[in-house]
Amino acid sequence: MNGPDTLFAFPARLLHWTMAVLILAMLFIGAGMVSTVSAAYPALLAWHRPLGIAILVLALVRLAVRLTHRPPPLPADLPPIQAAAARVSHYLLYALMIAMPLIGWAMQSAGGYPVILWKGVALFPILPHDIVAYGWLRRLHGLLGYAFFLLILGHVGAALVHGLIRRDGVFRSMAGRGG
Amino acid sequence: MKTALRPSVALLLIAGILGLVALAFAWAGGWLSPRRIGGAAIADALQDNLGKPEPGWRRAHAKGLCVSGYFDANGTGTALSRAALFPAGRIPVTGRFSLGGGDPLAGDGRNVFHSMALLFRLPDGEQWRMAMDHTPIFPVATPADFVSLQIAGIPDPATHKPDPAKLQAYLAGHPETKAFMDYMKSAPLPSSFANGTYYSINAFRFVDAGGASRAVRWQFEPEAPFAALDKKTLDAQPRDFLFVDALKRLSAGPMRWHMIVVLANPGDRTDNATIPWGAGHRRVDVGTLTLDRAATEAAGDCRDYNFDPLVLPRGVTASDDPLLPARSAAYSASFRRRAIEGPRPDALTQAGEGGAK
Ligand code: HEM
Ligand code: HEM
Ligand code: HEM
Repeated sequence: MNGPDTLFAFPARLLHWTMAVLILAMLFIGAGMVSTVSAAYPALLAWHRPLGIAILVLALVRLAVRLTHRPPPLPADLPPIQAAAARVSHYLLYALMIAMPLIGWAMQSAGGYPVILWKGVALFPILPHDIVAYGWLRRLHGLLGYAFFLLILGHVGAALVHGLIRRDGVFRSMAGRGG
Repeated sequence: MKTALRPSVALLLIAGILGLVALAFAWAGGWLSPRRIGGAAIADALQDNLGKPEPGWRRAHAKGLCVSGYFDANGTGTALSRAALFPAGRIPVTGRFSLGGGDPLAGDGRNVFHSMALLFRLPDGEQWRMAMDHTPIFPVATPADFVSLQIAGIPDPATHKPDPAKLQAYLAGHPETKAFMDYMKSAPLPSSFANGTYYSINAFRFVDAGGASRAVRWQFEPEAPFAALDKKTLDAQPRDFLFVDALKRLSAGPMRWHMIVVLANPGDRTDNATIPWGAGHRRVDVGTLTLDRAATEAAGDCRDYNFDPLVLPRGVTASDDPLLPARSAAYSASFRRRAIEGPRPDALTQAGEGGAK
């Protein structure tokens, strides 16, 4: 197995690895900031909003790349159940990388906060001020955030099984090299 | 990878990698550090101190009244900070008067914080939020002390009263808290929300157009002449007398305060809200706050905001006071709890006293 058809398109790979770093950083920042009342709280929150919005923009670009570039086929000998799990988990990952920042933006809007990207630059609200809506969206942002982390753990585990045990080209299709 | 790992070794390696990532995440989230204080721990301490959670209410300063009006800047503030509040002109303001404590139905006749929170709507979607008390100092200097003080005051389940021995033990190690309590005992309590001075207490930093930064505190000084409550008759006052008074005064005419910026002298502590800066400071009057409307929390538009003191515009930043990030995190924890619980009708609305206007 070799050649361009067995790899994700270059833009897809670039986006995948850039966003992998950003999303993992966002999960650590999010969990870290709510755990503390030290100066790290406002400092991390100030990074959290613009990084989150950057992820939203990149995710939309990535969706466009995904719809216009055919991904390499999964190995023919992959059991159907695993192939289905791969498909479903990838849909969920896309859904979460778009939904998480949208929920963040929507909840800050509903909470009556200025959605500050950086000092002096605020985004327009995407929901009217409604404290109960804030309450539910804030809870959803937390729950989905931790679900996102678990899903990513499963995804990385599966990728490493492909790369280290099955050595079937799936890992290389995204990494560009390796098993 | 040229040479294949044995599957069992590879599986161990994978489990190890995933385990490390999960462990790092648990560390970041504080689950491995039970002594790390988060906003939720402060909200818990406030609830425990009250003896019961009050669903739907602020975990502190639960009893409040909505006000609104405008700020007329006189332009002098532009020399101190490039904040959009300071160029001469008018900025709309939403505000909230409140009393300290987590009980939304408590009587107004208590020797507690009288407070004013403000939200300035600046051009281009910027905001400046403030929450101020009528004392120039605060009882504790750090969030850890804040939690300890709340815990020392938790009511005993048998007597429903705090255990004086626990409070004494806390005070023995905290002369600054003792000094604050002595101050509260002797300082006069304003007779109305209209004639109190409200202090930022915490220091902030102002950054001017040239990028120069200076430490400041500020206070809103009333035009209404000061009068004090008789502390001996506090208990005898009607439950909502301060809020009813504010509603009545505002229906008769506006209330005004001057925003006075106090510039730090060399050597003034910016990281400790228990220490007053004392006399001999440059004071700059940067403009006049006019409040001309009031409404109950149920009818007005202030209850559902979080007056987070770190919602700041360009030209204003936090100081190194550790209370500021703690307030931001704790207000947020309180806000997310009361948001999902849903707001409840306030004391004035329950008593049918909101129609004074
Ligand atoms: C942090 C977050 C991550 C997210 C959100 C994420 C998301 C995704 C998504 C949505 C796909 C489907 C392909 C696409 O359309 O882009 C994918 C594929 C892939 N990812 Fe990730 N990924 C992450 C991290 C990682 C890491 C750390 C690894 C490696 C250890 C990895 C390895 C792979 C591999 C090998 C594929 C190709 C799978 C296939 O061919 O179906 N990913 N990833
Ligand atoms: C990929 C995008 C994002 C991820 C993965 C993410 C993740 C998280 C996580 C894990 C938390 C902690 C939740 C908890 O423990 O309850 C959190 C909190 C938060 N997030 Fe996000 N987030 C994202 C985007 C955003 C965006 C775009 C905004 C705002 C514009 C935002 C605003 C917030 C706020 C304000 C908090 C909580 C602060 C508090 O309650 O004190 N997030 N986020
Ligand atoms: C570490 C110290 C402090 C903690 C933990 C704390 C905690 C809280 C909490 C949890 C709330 C309720 C927030 C909400 O649900 O919206 C609150 C409200 C308030 N706090 Fe503090 N506070 C602290 C220091 C201060 C200081 C120094 C001041 C005065 C300068 C202050 C003035 C106020 C005022 C005026 C309100 C009511 C705001 C409103 O009307 O919404 N607090 N505080």
